[in-house]
Amino acid sequence: MLKLDDISVTFNAGTPTEVRALTGIDLHIHDGEFVTVIGSNGAGKSTLLSVVVGTVKPERGSVYLDGEAVTAWPPAKRAMHVGRVFQEPRLGTCSSLSIEENLALAAARGKNRTLKGALGSRSNRQWLADQVAKLEIGLEDRMTQPVGTLSGGQRQAISLLMATLLPMKILVLDEHTAALDPGAAAKVLALSTEIAETRKLTTLMVTHSMRDALAVGHRTIMMDSGRIVLDFTEEERAKLTVQDLSNLFGKAIGKQIDDDKLMLA
Amino acid sequence: MSLFAFAGAIESGLLFSLVALGVFLSFRVLDFPDLTVDGSFPLGAAVAAAALASGIDPFLATGLAILAGWAAGLVTATLNVRFGIMNLLSGILTMVALFSINLRIMGGPNVPLYNVDTVFDVAESWIDLGLWTNTLLIAVFAIGAKLLTDWFLKTEIGLALRASGENPAMAEAQGIAVGRMRLVGMAMSNGFVALAGALFAQLQGVADVSMGIGTIVTGLAALIIGEAVLGRRMVFVATLGCIVGALIYRLFIALSLSAGWIGIQPQDLNLVTAIVVAIAVILSKGRAQRSRRKAGGAPNTAPAAKKAG
Repeated sequence: MLKLDDISVTFNAGTPTEVRALTGIDLHIHDGEFVTVIGSNGAGKSTLLSVVVGTVKPERGSVYLDGEAVTAWPPAKRAMHVGRVFQEPRLGTCSSLSIEENLALAAARGKNRTLKGALGSRSNRQWLADQVAKLEIGLEDRMTQPVGTLSGGQRQAISLLMATLLPMKILVLDEHTAALDPGAAAKVLALSTEIAETRKLTTLMVTHSMRDALAVGHRTIMMDSGRIVLDFTEEERAKLTVQDLSNLFGKAIGKQIDDDKLMLA
Repeated sequence: MSLFAFAGAIESGLLFSLVALGVFLSFRVLDFPDLTVDGSFPLGAAVAAAALASGIDPFLATGLAILAGWAAGLVTATLNVRFGIMNLLSGILTMVALFSINLRIMGGPNVPLYNVDTVFDVAESWIDLGLWTNTLLIAVFAIGAKLLTDWFLKTEIGLALRASGENPAMAEAQGIAVGRMRLVGMAMSNGFVALAGALFAQLQGVADVSMGIGTIVTGLAALIIGEAVLGRRMVFVATLGCIVGALIYRLFIALSLSAGWIGIQPQDLNLVTAIVVAIAVILSKGRAQRSRRKAGGAPNTAPAAKKAG
């Protein structure tokens, strides 16, 4: 269970470039709930995720993980429970390291890293290859290739696997299909929902696509100017079309949505 | 070139391959342009010389020099990681401070080592290859350092260190304490450089406070030449490149000095080095661009991505 309690974040506080990124966010996400997050540019979606993974410290409010306050935990410590996939495929993996080396990094998450060989025994390497085989994109035969030689979609699939390789609780997806072509984006999105479902992960997915936001997961929240302005349960959003959502959002923020990308997607 | 000059070039090439390995760890693996090197090289010399002068065993004295190098690297990394000082400036601060510290350690601008046994004297008592005894010992150190680096970068910690240098955001997301990795890598890097300094002083029979000037450029020259010749895809190849690059560089210097063409004198060496580095960087840039074009643009272009879909 993930709970955000009265979270506020201000960037460049006290300077002329002060930005109130989040204002009094209360969000309660149940175990295994998949929440899609949507909103125009600058709404605070990415900041929200950064607060969850710990790269941004809120100036007010607390983050709870299964009832435990983790607000002060640095990102490296939270990584034991929180896995993250970045928007930019290059950010989630190390280009110069091979597929299996990247996975080995993820497999050692939360453990004490030692002077043992990073790839471990033959059976360990086989286990890593088996995990890659589950992605069903044919990379299990290319385990020793540098990740830099893979396509964006393949890299995102590997990032997703790395984020979820070990037992963990919270999966954070930050527009992780936005930089991919439509075919690869659909495949990566399908993989994400499948992994979240089978592993019963509590998931927060930021997306630019209203269609994806409605089609995926159990619940949709819409953000604007650092606030959560709309929050739909599974039953509520089942009746919604993209057009309805757009209209409701426009009403909620008191103006028409001017973000073309958000509208059309 | 005389045999003597040739042997000298091989000797100093192997010696500076230790510096190149250190520079490889900081500049390449950690992505930390570290200028501490110009201070940790004479630091190694100073510590070894002071220890030798006070009658400590030559190998132990050399070991102490390595420890001092670790400490120097830790200071630079701490300034950067803990106190947020820019990486270049952190290195410069440590380098400047080390000038004074080295004078303190040596109790003066230099320490002659004529009346004490060095590691090379000890080695000669084991095996005497004449002109090549020193070269053999330095080669053992250089190859040992290379193999140690190869092994280390394949361990769990080593892999975490590489990830921290290449992609700190991803490393953090994988639970790696990036700052701590920077401390480890910088210590190791400056340890190699201090070892080189310690050996250099014992080879020359003197430790001098000004002997560190230009160390970083020499190390970079070796590193870049090695990359230009062998590439830098795999760790094993990249570290081999450090040794090969340093050898080529010193042979080139020896050749240009002995040939006497265009009238190159010892005082022109720094200019020659700077030109060699500049040319090597320009050449390797051109090569990288050509190979990118051959690969057909950025790796996440649509046609390639379709294979995933």
